[in-house]
Amino acid sequence: MRNSLAKFLQAIKLPGLSFLMAFTLTGLIIAISDAKVIAKFSTPLEFIKSALAAIGNAYLALFQGAVYDVNLTKGHTFIHGFYPLSETIVIATPLILTGLSVALAFKAGLFNIGAQGQFIFGAIGASYVGFHFHLPIGIHILVAALVGAFFAAIWGGIVGLLKARTGAHEVILTIMMNYIASYFILWILKTQSFLRPGRIDPIAPEVNQSARLPLLAGANFRLNFGIFIALAAAVFVWWLLTKTTIGFKFRAVGANGQAAKTAGISVPFVITSTMMICGALAGLGGAVQVLGSTYSLNTDIAGSFGFDAITVALLGRAQPLGTVFAALLFGALHAGGRTMQSSTGVPLDIVLVTQALVVLFIAAPAFVRYIFRIKKLNASASLTSKGWNG
Amino acid sequence: MKKVRSNIEKRRLVGVSVITLLSTISLLFFGFISPGKDKTTFGFVLNNEWVIIKEWVIASATGAKIFSLIAVVASIIAVLAFRANRKIVIPAAIATFGILMSFITWVASGKFIPFTGLLQGALLLAVPLIFGSMSGLICERSGVINIAIEGQLLASAFVSGVVASLTHKTIWGLIAAPIAGAAISFLLATFAIKFSVDQVILGFVLNVLVIGLTDFLYKKLLVPYQSTWNTAPTFGHIELPILAKIPVLGPIFFSQSIVVYLMFAIVATITFALFKTKWGLRTRAIGEHPTAADTVGIDVNKLRFKNVMIAGLIAGVGGAYYTVGSVGAFGKEMTAGAGFIALAALIFGKWSPIGAVFAALLFGFADNLQSTLTIIGVSIPSEFMLMVPYIATIIAVTGLVGRVRAPAADGVPYLRGGAH
Repeated sequence: MRNSLAKFLQAIKLPGLSFLMAFTLTGLIIAISDAKVIAKFSTPLEFIKSALAAIGNAYLALFQGAVYDVNLTKGHTFIHGFYPLSETIVIATPLILTGLSVALAFKAGLFNIGAQGQFIFGAIGASYVGFHFHLPIGIHILVAALVGAFFAAIWGGIVGLLKARTGAHEVILTIMMNYIASYFILWILKTQSFLRPGRIDPIAPEVNQSARLPLLAGANFRLNFGIFIALAAAVFVWWLLTKTTIGFKFRAVGANGQAAKTAGISVPFVITSTMMICGALAGLGGAVQVLGSTYSLNTDIAGSFGFDAITVALLGRAQPLGTVFAALLFGALHAGGRTMQSSTGVPLDIVLVTQALVVLFIAAPAFVRYIFRIKKLNASASLTSKGWNG
Repeated sequence: MKKVRSNIEKRRLVGVSVITLLSTISLLFFGFISPGKDKTTFGFVLNNEWVIIKEWVIASATGAKIFSLIAVVASIIAVLAFRANRKIVIPAAIATFGILMSFITWVASGKFIPFTGLLQGALLLAVPLIFGSMSGLICERSGVINIAIEGQLLASAFVSGVVASLTHKTIWGLIAAPIAGAAISFLLATFAIKFSVDQVILGFVLNVLVIGLTDFLYKKLLVPYQSTWNTAPTFGHIELPILAKIPVLGPIFFSQSIVVYLMFAIVATITFALFKTKWGLRTRAIGEHPTAADTVGIDVNKLRFKNVMIAGLIAGVGGAYYTVGSVGAFGKEMTAGAGFIALAALIFGKWSPIGAVFAALLFGFADNLQSTLTIIGVSIPSEFMLMVPYIATIIAVTGLVGRVRAPAADGVPYLRGGAH
């Protein structure tokens, strides 16, 4: 018991310190950019006090916006205090799916920066099926989500195929494919078939009622069935990687492409199929966003879900369960960031800084050990992608 | 004897075939199937340069045919060059030019194309791309992948804008910008070289960090205190005597802000230094074969660190172009992905300075053509024009235009004893 506790502490030591450093640095930025704090610069004690107050207020607002806010219970039941938590889950839902997309690619030795573009195609597919067709409840959702996932699988598969056939690097290919996708959605939203009647701005019609994901906690909460889809996808990725032959091949290619090839695994097949599944996962994220949250396609549908996915997967160490938790955490940061912005005036964008710092420190265990003078006990492999020629 | 073709040859064959096909399609479509019905006017005078020819008016159909014919002839030469195993770059470039001009002549039927302005705008749009790709070039030639170009450009644009606003002097903005670029480089170099963090992940994270920080400070400082923090003055145009009077070339190259002249100087210096000096030889050595370089006494990681810092300084000047070099005030995420297009230009230009410059110019041209066509009222979906750099890069990295290869040790941390 004691032994396992020690092991657990050992395991969370570096991530824990990474978080501590990231939140400390973020706090410092919040404090020194606050005019009221700077005004007290001449009196050191007051200065430190007001700095701590500024940081405390910002982080309190962050918590209130992400988990529980007692102020929301006035005139309602205590359940309403959890509205922020439901928002966290709503934001985390697509993030889990795009995060899984990046994580699965990592397992096969691929760096999928393309979740953004794949997300867009998933959203386009789901939106079109959602507003254009009339199908029975249940079937409509299924068809819309599958079409979205299929579009995105093709978009991701193109990258896989090009890499498998020509050896071009997937990082460059996916960066370029993201831009192409983001211009494609700008274009398609202007076309006649995606124009909402009575509107001239680029926004698609809302999806039909039958295509919307059911709400889980009544009309006051946006919490919807999508979270179960995301969790199911996480289970699927875990199952795929650990229980199936194809998952074993993915991991084998990820660990050592040359050895896998020698062992008779078709590397081009693995690359192409991995990228297709990754595309489908990210596309499902886009579908869930449209069918469960926004209900219509707009130019900003993808937000930064595809890019945050990379930080999510990195933070989750490319493990399905880790990715789920990381997505929930970043969902919380985003949801809380909104409240922090409105109640304390600290711009939401600081969340990006925290996110970047956390991942930077997680990706650099050597740096964290260096800062805290920790001796290296056992070599834990940090995540790597491969150089342009790899 | 049956000829055995390598993969690279096969892809070059595909490249040549695609160019030939496109030239033919261009001739048939723009020239015969759907010819423009009106006249196309090209304008050549922009400022007060000497006038040789003010305008050139040609029937759209005729012009499209002429340019397409040039493209077809060039592609035939490319085919011959390919069969003779010679380089196909020049005829392929001429063919591309022909197809582009044919397209412009066709699409602008009945309209006025400010030709000099089109090229000048293309150069201006290419300026940050060129600085960015030079930064990437120096890093990657030394064996360090730099995806953080976007972050370098954005951070230095921000800092130069703020410094110039606070001091009311453009020159301080221009001096501060490279320092900001180098600061990002310092993070890149420290984490990549000292702590062996994966460079692609690192670059990505640094971009997010810079975007987050600049967005945060923009909202927190630049918007509420705009009059003190975000009113950067800009450099005026410096007209070089006589040179600026040359028709077409003058306004494009010799009537620019100091940042653009700096760019010419930097590109020339890098091209010379990389291939003609000891530093250049060593830099290429540590990018291709660090172990060998180490054996002959080059401190691989020290030189890499130094070069990444130099790259940051260069990208920094590019960042200054956004604020003191052109519009003055800083805008939220104003680099808008230019760092990634710069990366694309570097790869499209096969990791060579001149290649990267031409790629950046091509991308700038596509971008400016798109906006010019929108302004003169041609109804072509601008989104597809904007996709050009990205599609071109995909074509380049998948090898349709010949061999594209990164420096061999690009992205691989160097640890003595080969333990990586």
